[in-house]
Order: sequence, then structure tokens, then C-alpha cells
Amino acid sequence: MELVYKKPEIISDTQPNNFCPGCMHSSTWKIISEVVEEMGLADKTVWVAGVGCVANAHRYIQLDRFGIGHGRGCAGASAFKRCNPETFVFTYQGDGDLAAIGLAETMSAANRGDNFTVIFVNNGTYGMTGGQMAPTTLIGQKTTTTPYGRTAEEHGYPMHMCEILNVLEAPSYIARVTTADVPNAKKAKQAVRDAFQHQLDGKGFSFVEFISNCPTNWGMTPLESLDHIHNTVLKEFPLGVFRNR
Amino acid sequence: MSEKIFMKGCEAVAEAAIRAGCRFYAGYPITPQNEVPEYLSRMMPKVGGVFLQGESEVASANMLYAGGVSGTRSMTTSSSCGISLMSEAISWMALQHVPTVIGNFARGGPGIGSIQPSQQDYVQATKASGNGGFQMIVLAPATVQEAVDMTYEAFDLADKYSFPTYILLDGFIGTMMEPVVLPPAKTDEEIAAIKASKKWVPNGSRGKNSLDQKGTLDYRNEKEAEMYEEWKKTEVKYETYLTEDAEVILTGYGISARIAKSVVNDMRKEGYKVGFIRPLRVNPFPEQAFEDLDYSKVRGILCTELSKPALYAVDVKNVVRGRCPVETALRSGGEIITADEIYEAAVKLYGAK
Repeated sequence: MELVYKKPEIISDTQPNNFCPGCMHSSTWKIISEVVEEMGLADKTVWVAGVGCVANAHRYIQLDRFGIGHGRGCAGASAFKRCNPETFVFTYQGDGDLAAIGLAETMSAANRGDNFTVIFVNNGTYGMTGGQMAPTTLIGQKTTTTPYGRTAEEHGYPMHMCEILNVLEAPSYIARVTTADVPNAKKAKQAVRDAFQHQLDGKGFSFVEFISNCPTNWGMTPLESLDHIHNTVLKEFPLGVFRNR
Repeated sequence: MSEKIFMKGCEAVAEAAIRAGCRFYAGYPITPQNEVPEYLSRMMPKVGGVFLQGESEVASANMLYAGGVSGTRSMTTSSSCGISLMSEAISWMALQHVPTVIGNFARGGPGIGSIQPSQQDYVQATKASGNGGFQMIVLAPATVQEAVDMTYEAFDLADKYSFPTYILLDGFIGTMMEPVVLPPAKTDEEIAAIKASKKWVPNGSRGKNSLDQKGTLDYRNEKEAEMYEEWKKTEVKYETYLTEDAEVILTGYGISARIAKSVVNDMRKEGYKVGFIRPLRVNPFPEQAFEDLDYSKVRGILCTELSKPALYAVDVKNVVRGRCPVETALRSGGEIITADEIYEAAVKLYGAK
């Protein structure tokens, strides 16, 4: 029988992924795993694990990694990659991690043009801690710390990391993607592939933002959450390749 | 190799680190230790190392953590309020058993305090450099030569225990110049062998190499506690001077101890039977130095510190356990204690000759 599909070998045969049902972390990791394997990077990959739901990937993704404090992924990746430039390095960080507590580390690594890749997962909330307001939370969105909805007057507006990074000179690749539908998932895979190639070519900082979901904390079914992304979230966070030098 | 050269403390520490095989340094500007990053920014490119100026002490310490994770001998230095910002990453190094070297050129506090030399970080350095109740070996030099030797040694200790190691200096050690003999520089081959010996370094082994420590956190904390107890047997270092017949003991660490020792010499000339105890490492604490005293003879112990309230003296009292009075001679906030002030306090404690 002809083999038409198989999962990447670096996704464990035995470990569950532990993500909530319908969570797009798993489709994001599937894309990363496929690209790592297709580009032959598994034997030199060290990924930097942020703090949050990403911890659920530790066992089922069979790649070397190290954890680091909440928000410090870009500082750690900069140092590690400079010390061991033969490795292939990416961080995997949520929106609270990358855009709130780690904003200085993110901006500074991008501004230095450090040669690694950031996978930024934006679902508009702090998932692991139970659904608090993130820098990316939409206006009007109810979270456990914005029970009456986020307002511009009290909380400011959602932060657009791709657009913010796009004013810096050094970054070489910046894109916003989603796995909320199949055509976009294919574009997302291409973006990861392009970002990884930038690192392999020594071009410096590459950044892929995944617009993601959180059915659990959004109080939606997985299908409702996909509709919400299409109908609402993508209006605030337009997809596209912002920079490809 | 025995040639003496005249060096400023900060630069001597930086050069000692290079010679010990340090090939990664991250730091953030803060007085009084800026000559360390400045020196290493010049030298690291020449020896194939990496110098990285972080965007904050928080970032720099996390860079240090990752430098340690990479297997590279790695160091940061800072001062007091900067060290506080590094607590997060230092605690992670203890969690993940990442070997690194951290140097604190201590200044006045609390908060931004003053830029002048101080010893107000004793408790933070020895007992609480971050959350989680971990400890580090804490080296406490009193001269630029000791700062050189201890920096060199700190990298070996860090690798021996695969744990962060702390050098508690002060602004004096960093900013004064003294003659030093520098240790031999490790060769590129030696440095590569040290890095290659760290089999846990994540390098693309598809998840086989891991920093993750085995067992539950309770189990790991217990193993770490056992290591701290082991240090009490194997890693204690201290100096005693004229203690055998002493009736008053002067004690302290670092720069204030150096002043106290000069007072011991002066008082001996005047016929006072005074002795001196100085920890070369303030953690593990040199309990034995105080157990060895003959408390039927000792009238009292005088602790000299650049800290108010006294911090080191608390540890001395805990060891002495009321067997003799423990008094203090203190200055704080960046002011230096004079030999006269220590002399007066010692004479008062001594009583009649």
C-alpha cells in the first residue's frame, strides 16, 4: 500500500500533547515539526520554551530545548545561538510572554538582529493561568481581569507585534499567519519555512505570529472559535508577510 | 607567570575570567563595576568569545543562564540593585543546575542606595539570591589578588557542582589598583574539552539531552539540600590569625576584614591579645573557626561590617550561641569604617589589659 501521509517522527508516538481539545497549539506544532523535519533540522534544533501552555509541548515534541523565565525567551535564544552558532534555534512564546513581560527582550533581540526565529502564538489571552487580559486582547473582549470587557480608555488598544517590529531596521522576516483554515495553514507552513531559511542563511531575526485560539478561556466550542477568528480577530490582526528581505 | 602587574580590581577580575576559560559574558552598565564589561567587550572578540550587553540586568542574567546552558563558561557582574534584578535568572540556574559565575561589586542600599562600596548584600548573597531557598558557594575576596584567584576558582566550582557560583566583592575591590599575579590562561583545547564534557547541553539530540532534573521537586530540593550540607564539609575556607591566645576576636569578610586585620596588628604591638577570623567564603559559613575558640579565654567577638544593621554578625552569633558577647563596629550606605573606629570598639570590648 502506498504511504500517503505520516506524522513527523519528532512528534512522539506515545506522549499526549496535553493541549485542550480544539486548541490550535497542536496544529502550530504540527507545522513546525513538519518543517523542521522537511528541512533536515531536527539534529541541530534547540528550541527555547516560554512559560505558559507551551509547557504542554515539552514531552510530545522530541527536540532538544531549554526552558527560561517568563518573557525571557529572546534574551536566552540570543545568548545560546551566539555561543553555539551551529545550532538551529527558535523560541515558542505566547502573547503574555512575548508582548507583555518579555517586551523589552523581544524588541532588543529583534533590534540586534540576533539570528534565530520566534514563533509567537497570539490568542488574546493568558491561557495557562485561566484567561486573563493579554496585551493582544481585543477591545470589548471579556477576560477574567476585564470582566466588563477591555476598553481603550482603561486598558489601551491591542498590541500589534508584527507592525511594531516592522519599524526596526534589523529584522529580516516578519509574518502573521493562522491555522484557522486549510488554505491559511498552508501559507503558515510556508511562512515558517521562509523564516527558518532566513536563519539558515544568517539573515538575522525572523518572526512568525500565529493568530490562535483558546476555546477553553474564550468560552467557545472549537468550531465557534474558528469562526470568531475569521469574523473578528483577523479584522484586528490582518494576516500577511510584513517583511521578507 | 609569577610576574606582578598593577591592575584595577574590575579589570583583574575580567582578565582572570578570560584566563579561566570564560567565553561568554552578558551584563548591563552599573557603577562601580563598569570596567568589567568594558574590558570584556575589548577582549572577548580577541579570544573567540561572546560579549553581549543586555537591555537590562533581567535580560543579562537570562543571557547568562542561556550561556551556561550552551556549555560555555559564562559570567556576569553587576552591583547590588542590579543583582536584585538578576534574582529571577539566578533562581532558574539553581533550578536547572546551570553552571555560571555571578560577581557582585556591592554598593550601598537599599534600592539604588549609593554608588560607594558597601557590604549590605550579605544575607541576599548567602541565603536568598532568589526564590526557592537555594544556596550558592559565595567567595569573598579582600584584595585584588584574592579577587583574581577566586574568580579563576569560581568557574571550577560552578562546573564541579553544575551550579551558579557567586563572588561577593565590593566597590573597593573593583575600583582600587593593586599588584597581582595572574593565573595561567587555559588553552583553546582545554576550554573546548570543558565544554564538551557537559553532556547535558541541548545540541540537537532530539530530546535526549535535557536540563530537566530527575524526580519530583521535593526529591530534587532534598538532593540540593544534601549538596549544601556536603559543602559544609568540603568547601569551607577561612583565615585565622593569632587566635590561639586571643581574648578578643575581630572578624569580618572582604574589605572591612582587611581593615580589622590591620587593627589586630596595631593592638598586638600594644600588648592586647587579639586575634582575627575571616571567611574566604561566606557560604558555606566557617562554623569551625568559631568552634575552635577557647571560650574560657575569649572575652568577646567584634564583627566589622559595612552594613547597618549588621548582617554577617547574625551568623557569628548563631555559631557562638551566647558563649561570649558578640559586638559590632559598623558603617553603612557607602561609608568606610576607619581603623580608629574598629580600634576603639575593640578596646572597649577588651576591657582591662
